[in-house]
Amino acid sequence: MNFRQLIPWVVGAALIALPFVYRDPYHLHILVLILIWSFAYTSWSMMGRFGLVSLGHGGFMGVGAYVTALLWNHLGISPWIGIPIALVCAGALALIVAYPCFRFRITGHYFALVTLALSGIVLQIITATRDYTGGSLGYTPDRTKGSHLAALQFDDKTTWYLIALGVWGVGLLIWRWVDRSMDRYALEAISEDEDAAAAAGVNVTFEKLKITVISALMTALAGALYCQYQMFISPDTVSGIAVSLQMVFAVVVGGIYVALGPTVGAIITIMLAEGLRIGFGTKAVGWDNLVYGVLLVVFIIFLPKGILGSLLERIKPSSKR
Amino acid sequence: MQSFLEIFDIYLLEAMVNGILLGGVLALLALGLNLIFGVIDVTWICYAELVMIGMYGMYYLVQYYGLPYYAAAPLTILLVAAMGALLHYLVIAPLLGAAPINQLLATGGVLFVLQSFATVAFGIDFRNLGIRLPVLQFAEMHFSYSRLLSFLAALVGMVVIYLFMTRTYTGTAIRAIAQDRQIMALMGVDTKKIYLVTSALGGALAGLAACLLVLQYDVHPFVGLSFGPITFLICVLGGLGNFVGGFVAAFLFAEIISLGGLFSDLEWGYVLAFAFFIIMMFIRPGGLLARRQ
Repeated sequence: MNFRQLIPWVVGAALIALPFVYRDPYHLHILVLILIWSFAYTSWSMMGRFGLVSLGHGGFMGVGAYVTALLWNHLGISPWIGIPIALVCAGALALIVAYPCFRFRITGHYFALVTLALSGIVLQIITATRDYTGGSLGYTPDRTKGSHLAALQFDDKTTWYLIALGVWGVGLLIWRWVDRSMDRYALEAISEDEDAAAAAGVNVTFEKLKITVISALMTALAGALYCQYQMFISPDTVSGIAVSLQMVFAVVVGGIYVALGPTVGAIITIMLAEGLRIGFGTKAVGWDNLVYGVLLVVFIIFLPKGILGSLLERIKPSSKR
Repeated sequence: MQSFLEIFDIYLLEAMVNGILLGGVLALLALGLNLIFGVIDVTWICYAELVMIGMYGMYYLVQYYGLPYYAAAPLTILLVAAMGALLHYLVIAPLLGAAPINQLLATGGVLFVLQSFATVAFGIDFRNLGIRLPVLQFAEMHFSYSRLLSFLAALVGMVVIYLFMTRTYTGTAIRAIAQDRQIMALMGVDTKKIYLVTSALGGALAGLAACLLVLQYDVHPFVGLSFGPITFLICVLGGLGNFVGGFVAAFLFAEIISLGGLFSDLEWGYVLAFAFFIIMMFIRPGGLLARRQ
């Protein structure tokens, strides 16, 4: 094992050790948010890197968060069972929408706009069923009276930090797994030219469907975790077009083609929002999005590979990414 | 029973007519987007946000500078047209050679910019013009004048665009570019200029829609989200770049929303419309009026 292979283990151990050494609750809170959103952004870029630009991930995230919370509040089903059910729902939704899309070769602009309709539908359904979901006012999972573990509700930031860290790590492992599999080559071929890929023997519909479902499941898990951690969800924070665009934005800024790109994107966006909030207080309302938007445009025009992608390219221009 | 049916039918009819009136403005928005898509091959995700800025423009011109409505409207249309041209010049033009999805995402960034600019500059209060137009009563049905006016103005706007596209040199060039991008440059048409004109035209249509929508809705920074997605869906449903398809789809959508809202909440009308859209995408992926391959 040489030095380079050692780096992830050292960094991982340092990240696990962090909350036991450093206990400032506010900073841990920020770290948990960064980890959860990093996981969500990573799951978006699983698809996005292959040219499957989905604007429906806000919908998957909303399904993950709301199904978990609704099952807990109305039926008393523990999130340990509720989250898998929510994942199944999100996966089914992804299949229902994505299969015909891929079967009928809806790509590019059209795919983005069909998935945009998906996040619109989820948002409107949450708002329309306001008797159950609280509508646009938001929704709070009931505080547990029994075991904290069974309800997946912890007051302790350290526990949440470790959970989020674990999930984030698993997200990176899934990325790595896809990156090293044959699917990656198949999907890259598809993103270059569908007909040629099909002619070369790639099952285009199946490959695309596989990555879409993986991505949707991960996004729904991120939504459920966010709900359990924040104990408050509203249609605007976990679903809808704004959330979908926010995912795209963070990934593009961080770097869409590198494993840690979405994480870098999450760090930058969340630090920016928090920095503005602390620096300017309530006067900062809107400013963070203004900066995001300008950055997004500037990045797409001048740095389409993102911050991390461009940096890595500069450091080792010849080696493969 | 008989009287129940009669009442029901009146409501149904009223909802249908309201749907048609709503369809007019939606068709106007879809026309603007389709124009830009057909000619420049770009989807402006931020189109509804241009409308929102236009609505603020109307609000400030009428409420603060005391201009009469009919004087403020042309100014607003010019303002939004200039914004459309600026958007093309600053954001789209540098990206013309990039992947189409990058252009879409860049306009998504502009959406954030415009929304938060409005939040910062105008605050998040709901504002309205303070003009209350009377309600027209006809055979026990109620229609608001503002909707009727919007519908008529939208129709006039569309006719003007149609005449412009068929009767002028620039309009003909725009239609020609929509048909073949490469050849027209060889035929001596300045594509850059045409793109800029088209963007301004698309902006002007957004401005006109803003003048009409401000009569019916309160303006706030996120008002674009309430009709923006619908506009894209209409364009895709009609076939991106297909003017007639967009027109038909606008009225279909408006009817579904209006009738869905009659039987239940307005949100369910939207849910129905979205679901209809997704199903139609599978049946006719190329748009409502596309030829089968």
